[in-house]
Amino acid sequence: MYNFEYSRAKSVADAAKAASGDAEAKLLAGGMTLIPTLKQRLAKPTALIDLNGIADLAGIKRDGNNLVIGAMTRHAEVARSKDVKAVIPALAHLAEMIGDPAVRNRGTIGGSIANHDPAADYPAGVLGLNATVITNKRQIKADDFFTGMFATALQDGEIITAVSFPKPDKAGYMKFKNPASRYAIVGVFVAKTGNDVRVAVTGAGAGVFRAKDLESALTKSFLPTAVEGIKIAADGLNSDIHASAEYRAHLITVMAKRAVVACG
Amino acid sequence: MATMIGTSVKRREDAKFLTGRGNYTDDINRPGQVHAYIIRSPHAHATLASVKTDKAAKRPGVVAVLTGADTAADGIGGLPCGWLIHNKDGSPMVEPPHPPLAQGKVRHVGDPVAVVIAETYAQARDAAEHVEIDYKALPAVSDASKAIERGAPQLHDEAKGNLCYDWHLGDKAAVDAAFAKAAKVAKIDLINNRLIPNAMEPRAALGEFNRATGEYTLYTTSQNPHVIRLLMGAHVLHVAESKLRVIAPDVGGGFGSKIYHYAEEAIVTWAAAKVNRPVKWTAERSESFMSDAQGRDHATHGELALDKDGKFLALRVSTVANLGGYLSTFSTTIPTWLYATLLAGVYTTPVIYCEVKAVFTNTVPVDAYRGAGRPEASYLLERLVDIAANVCGLDRAEIRKRNFIPKTAFPYQTPVALQYDSGDYPGCLETAVKASDYAGYDKRRAASEKAGKLRGIGISTYIEACGIAPSAVVGSLGARAGLYEVGTVRVHPTGTISVLTGTHSHGQGHETTFAQVVADALGVPMESIEVVHGDTAMIPFGMGTYGSRSLAVGGSAILKAVDKIVAKSKKIAAHLLEAAEADIEFKDGVFSVAGTDRSKTLGEIALAAYVPHNYPIETVEPGLDETAFYDPKNFTFPAGTHICEVEVDPQTGVVTVEKFTAVDDVGRVINPMIVEGQVHGGVVQGIGQALYEGCVYDPKTGQLLTGSMMDYCMPRADNLPAFSVGHHTTLCTHNQLGVKGCGEVGAIGSPPAVMNAVVDALKPYGITHLDMPATPERVWRAIHSARQPRAAE
Ligand SMILES: Cc1cc2nc3c(=O)[nH]c(=O)nc-3n(C[C@H](O)[C@H](O)[C@H](O)COP(=O)(O)OP(=O)(O)OC[C@H]3O[C@@H](n4cnc5c(N)ncnc54)[C@H](O)[C@@H]3O)c2cc1C
Repeated sequence: MYNFEYSRAKSVADAAKAASGDAEAKLLAGGMTLIPTLKQRLAKPTALIDLNGIADLAGIKRDGNNLVIGAMTRHAEVARSKDVKAVIPALAHLAEMIGDPAVRNRGTIGGSIANHDPAADYPAGVLGLNATVITNKRQIKADDFFTGMFATALQDGEIITAVSFPKPDKAGYMKFKNPASRYAIVGVFVAKTGNDVRVAVTGAGAGVFRAKDLESALTKSFLPTAVEGIKIAADGLNSDIHASAEYRAHLITVMAKRAVVACG
Repeated sequence: MATMIGTSVKRREDAKFLTGRGNYTDDINRPGQVHAYIIRSPHAHATLASVKTDKAAKRPGVVAVLTGADTAADGIGGLPCGWLIHNKDGSPMVEPPHPPLAQGKVRHVGDPVAVVIAETYAQARDAAEHVEIDYKALPAVSDASKAIERGAPQLHDEAKGNLCYDWHLGDKAAVDAAFAKAAKVAKIDLINNRLIPNAMEPRAALGEFNRATGEYTLYTTSQNPHVIRLLMGAHVLHVAESKLRVIAPDVGGGFGSKIYHYAEEAIVTWAAAKVNRPVKWTAERSESFMSDAQGRDHATHGELALDKDGKFLALRVSTVANLGGYLSTFSTTIPTWLYATLLAGVYTTPVIYCEVKAVFTNTVPVDAYRGAGRPEASYLLERLVDIAANVCGLDRAEIRKRNFIPKTAFPYQTPVALQYDSGDYPGCLETAVKASDYAGYDKRRAASEKAGKLRGIGISTYIEACGIAPSAVVGSLGARAGLYEVGTVRVHPTGTISVLTGTHSHGQGHETTFAQVVADALGVPMESIEVVHGDTAMIPFGMGTYGSRSLAVGGSAILKAVDKIVAKSKKIAAHLLEAAEADIEFKDGVFSVAGTDRSKTLGEIALAAYVPHNYPIETVEPGLDETAFYDPKNFTFPAGTHICEVEVDPQTGVVTVEKFTAVDDVGRVINPMIVEGQVHGGVVQGIGQALYEGCVYDPKTGQLLTGSMMDYCMPRADNLPAFSVGHHTTLCTHNQLGVKGCGEVGAIGSPPAVMNAVVDALKPYGITHLDMPATPERVWRAIHSARQPRAAE
């Protein structure tokens, strides 16, 4: 770890002020990604602005038909929340599948989507559920938020404050875990709201993406058999020592089918 | 008290470990201590054009920056190899230098190049970024089979074609003749995957030098401190043993990877004198991945000749073993004497021939890892036997039964040098078949199939050799050390006892087991016995812990010392009781005159021995403190049957272990709970090898692609079912305790059981072999390509 300045923000405004003054500063949420990066000397921020002291960034609220989850809400809290289980059980299930208990007790939804690891789970939930990312400056639709590998629409110093999820009729998430890291090799989030079906895929590509072939098939018939025969093209998918692009392509179909089954 | 043996006494060491009161090397801090950061090669293969340290030396807190030029100037030697192997033609193997800090060239990612010593570790790491190293990258080779091809990058000038040795064992002509007459032949080509040990505690070393006395002290994460003292003192630092103390305090797991003498141990000890301050180094986990000796890595072709009834006629094996970039301490013996000698297995195969080429590659050195050579042998043999069953159309249990060495045949001389002393292989199989509900398997398979899964069952009837070994025998095979063990039993004046052992406990529970053995032998409560290990200044000598030898060899040495204590005590008792020595009986801690009620306790004898007022001083020395060296008469031969059931998801290729039964013959069981724990741990590592673990180097660049837990998959609790562990015991015939060893059986017996089950599950697809680890993609691909119509064949 290189040396850096540390400050604990008392409010979002406070954090925004600190961040705006220093392009090399970093926000610190759960630290589950940032701290290992620092320890390996892969990043050299001038300052860490700790968000952990800002009480109103954490927590889960019901807002009409929506579920609003504060950026600093831990994965463990989402996993066991009665509200989340009642409104979008698939999201609680997604949070429960992240990492291990230590990671779930520290890691936050804001940190996860700001980081946009191509193998992370939350991006699939956010995109699949057509959620809205709320920042200190604006509201960003999920379709516009994730822009590429480790890339988002966030501007320098922009702070996610919450994510708002509309309630779907049905939703299901299936994750094929990397046996070593337990991140997603392929994760498929399926949600049906009225006639609208969204299928978001994580782990397989450079970032989370919507699988249009699967969406149109499921729009016609929301049944596991509807996706069974669909062959996803391997072009452009990730290939590494754990899974080739071809295998990932195959898993997208298998996981999509199982996610539809999980929708009940 | 004579019932201590066979009792699941709770481990006495656990209270301190579970409450964070262990004392590991990194917990030790010496006054004035400074910290070392080792700069390691980022290249798999490169020449070192220059290493410039002047800028780094000026950074804050830096005490010294030392390089290979400094070790050379000080005449520091290379890390020695402990076992000389001879080629087929009788010439000795190639032994290239293994400098602690690189000399002109680096040969694997992680090869130490320089050391930065500073007031704090962070300062050392900061300054390291200012050491300017000019690497000229060379082409690299990580695959041993490729490294012996013509035109492959060459690692050492001494080793033409990267070959360390080309060795063989057995009667080739007789084997060839048997194959010519065979009714059937079973064949296999397999890879035994390279593993990264990953002990929970990373390696660490703390060196200290006392200018007043000229004495060095090294605290290190070692399985055998005396061996480190010998190797480092005599070969590397040229320091007299009397001036070198090596302490291996609590050590958090080793699995073999902490046997060897590593560069960092020599570096901190040498540097401590140079900077005149204690120097500490503790590996980061990433460093462990690229600097702890790795395991396995064989490519093997095997053939088994059979007669028409499925009797084994001959076995022919050809192996290419990867040694990595340098020779680690015991690396050369693993793919030879600890491998080929086990190829008879539990079978009566009359003739066997094995040839092994050992090869240098641009990878981390390979050495013993839990099982060491024996897992490679049992995996090959047990896979081959399954294939033979297939070829002969026989049931897989039946073909084994037809070829087992019968219970009546002991001592049994194999065609590959070993003589088994005892065993009951059919009995182990029968017990395991019952314990695993083999008969109910078809029902379970039907249930799996109903759920859309494939199910398979696999058996492995393995043997291994432990308790290595008579010194004269290993000496004749090229070992450069003896393999006896040393035990001291020190009865103190008040009757409490210190047991000093040259073995080392780093998770095995010696403090408990050894105390049970001594409590039983001397008839005293366990609470009065303290087991001491891990310090060359306290323990007379020792060869350490590996090869499941601690109880069989170390325990035997302790018992020999106990016998000396008893013999001496009898003399003292005879004097005190005014009886003839021949009339003194010893039982349950009491010396009595036969047929009378006159007696003395061990405590009373001890007091008399240290306060010899009324004492046979003319014939018996005062004190009650005896040391024994025990040189084993033979190896010990644990064996057993492991039965595994797996389910395979044909959609994804995911394999899950549903049921695992281990029935082992480890000889007499001293503490059943500890043995069960050892079996569990070994089986988990074996399942790890079979399904999850695989060290991967980039074939083009030699970069380590599985350099962290994110990519190297260790098995975790949720990957495993509850195990059923049982015993079918025959006693070792040549040690007093009748013990054989239990540390490695799990890792040796389980991989073939798992893989035989996986292949069995895939049988409907015509699949006859799959290499480890059976990762989801590998399994899916096998299924997927079997489903495709076979093109252009
Ligand atoms: C062992 C391990 C296993 C894991 N397994 C999984 C898994 O299976 N699935 C999965 O999805 N994830 C996994 N993770 C990731 C983890 O769950 C976290 O989601 C992730 O580390 C980021 O969240 P964080 O709160 O820790 O963010 P931090 O590490 O603190 O920050 C990450 C990045 O986001 C930025 N950031 C944080 N908060 C905000 C904000 N409010 N506004 C703007 N930017 C912000 C930070 O500046 C930083 O750049 C794993 C992590 C570990 C260590």
